Amino acid sequence: MTTAEIERQWTTRLRKRVAGHLPPEKLLPDTQPAYVSSWIYVFGVTTIAALSMVILSGIILAIRGPQWWHSSSIGHFINSTHLWSVEIFFFAMIVHLWGKFFMAAWRGGRSLTWVTGVVTFLASVGTAFTGYVSQTNFDSQWISTQAKDGINATGVGSIFNVLNLGQMLMWHIVLLPLAAVILTTIHVLLVRVKGVVPPFEDEKGTTK
Amino acid sequence: MSTKPFRPDVDAPKYEGKYAPYDIIKEGTIAIVVVGLLVVLLATLFGSPDERAITIKTWSNADPVDFATTALGELNGTTITAQYGAPYNTAAPGQNLGPLKLAQFAGVTIPVNTVRDFVIDPLSSQPYNKNLSAALAQWKGASAAQQSSWVSNYTKGASKMTWSNGTITVPATNTGPVPTMINSLTAMARSGALDQALVTGGGFYTTNYTKPLLFVADGTYLANLAQKQHLLGSQWGMMNETGSYPGQAWLWLYTFWYQVSPFSSSSNADVQVSALMGLLSLLLLLVPFIPGLRSIPRKVKIYRLIWREYYRS
Repeated sequence: MTTAEIERQWTTRLRKRVAGHLPPEKLLPDTQPAYVSSWIYVFGVTTIAALSMVILSGIILAIRGPQWWHSSSIGHFINSTHLWSVEIFFFAMIVHLWGKFFMAAWRGGRSLTWVTGVVTFLASVGTAFTGYVSQTNFDSQWISTQAKDGINATGVGSIFNVLNLGQMLMWHIVLLPLAAVILTTIHVLLVRVKGVVPPFEDEKGTTK
Repeated sequence: MSTKPFRPDVDAPKYEGKYAPYDIIKEGTIAIVVVGLLVVLLATLFGSPDERAITIKTWSNADPVDFATTALGELNGTTITAQYGAPYNTAAPGQNLGPLKLAQFAGVTIPVNTVRDFVIDPLSSQPYNKNLSAALAQWKGASAAQQSSWVSNYTKGASKMTWSNGTITVPATNTGPVPTMINSLTAMARSGALDQALVTGGGFYTTNYTKPLLFVADGTYLANLAQKQHLLGSQWGMMNETGSYPGQAWLWLYTFWYQVSPFSSSSNADVQVSALMGLLSLLLLLVPFIPGLRSIPRKVKIYRLIWREYYRS
């Protein structure tokens, strides 16, 4: 096999493309621009940390099944950690989102980073909602019977039945978390590829 | 050779300033440890709500008249489910968004016939009982007009329905098998058999609770309990949960629209609010591409607070 043939291989081309866009020093940087020094930057990594806790507590709940937490004090505690990590996740994510809005973080070819962030937020809302209707308690009875009207009115209820526990649980523990994790990964990799958006030019119009 | 003009809301200035040390692995580890400790602290201090699910058995024992009234509503077609439309039946055209009838267009994909699914089939699944078997035979052998006449006569007296000595009584005549059917269904519900019949109607294995949930939601018992927990739609219902917990606070804007005019009084509120939230979500998604909207951050200057050290230097 000639060198030219190796260069034309899909694997070779993909490796070079990835290495070109995301060399190790960009993927795992040891320095960053001095302007990245505000408290607002904490909320991105806080969101990811909370997501890790959501997934960890969710995995423990999944191991014992959807009704374990009703009858076990340990299960109830794990459910409580699941709830509070979700609350922290959304709080951090929303602060992160608005922080990035006021930084206009889409500038400089970063619009896809913004778009993946918003889609991740929407997927997370869906993930949380399907969790609320899968609790197999009074809350899930009430929330699902109320929410069905909004979803049915759009026609989506014809395929997305919030009263079907099995369907909602599958969306909650498989489909939507998979989407949220994949989107988060893409979002973070885009941040690493493009870097953190620089500040606006100051009022005198100079670039620092 | 011409260069494109710099667009401050689209382009970013090239940064040629200082760099500072940054340990991304250490930052991530600290974040996970701090958030983990915070989660454990909050879970220990506040726990999580877990109000037991109600059953048709608890409902019919707590309020047999409400249950029997609902069962009659399933029979005479006056409950929410009976009059719902798509995706459950064709009883109503459903809500419309201008000329669009989205639910109707999507069609009936989860068929629910309240007479058959909530009354006749569950009663038919019961062990042999002479009176009930005779009543069901009379019902099934009658014309639709005759069935309607019996139910109509029974409904006329339903406002004076009473529960005494384990029997539902309605002052009405020419009601055919309806009193026996309503009483049998009430007895079935109070024993817990109706819960099972509605769940296992589709076979031994099931994870689908559509029918029992629709039946329970047709009564007033569930809504009364929800009202006590401040969960009604007029109480910012869907974003709340039982107890003093934050619930789905991120749904505040979705729930907000239901509280204000014109949505609060609109018969098409569900589809209108969903469409509005869809539009707002699309706008949020496309902010980088919408002139004017993408200029807001530069004009409101909150970025100067975020990067105050940078501008100070």
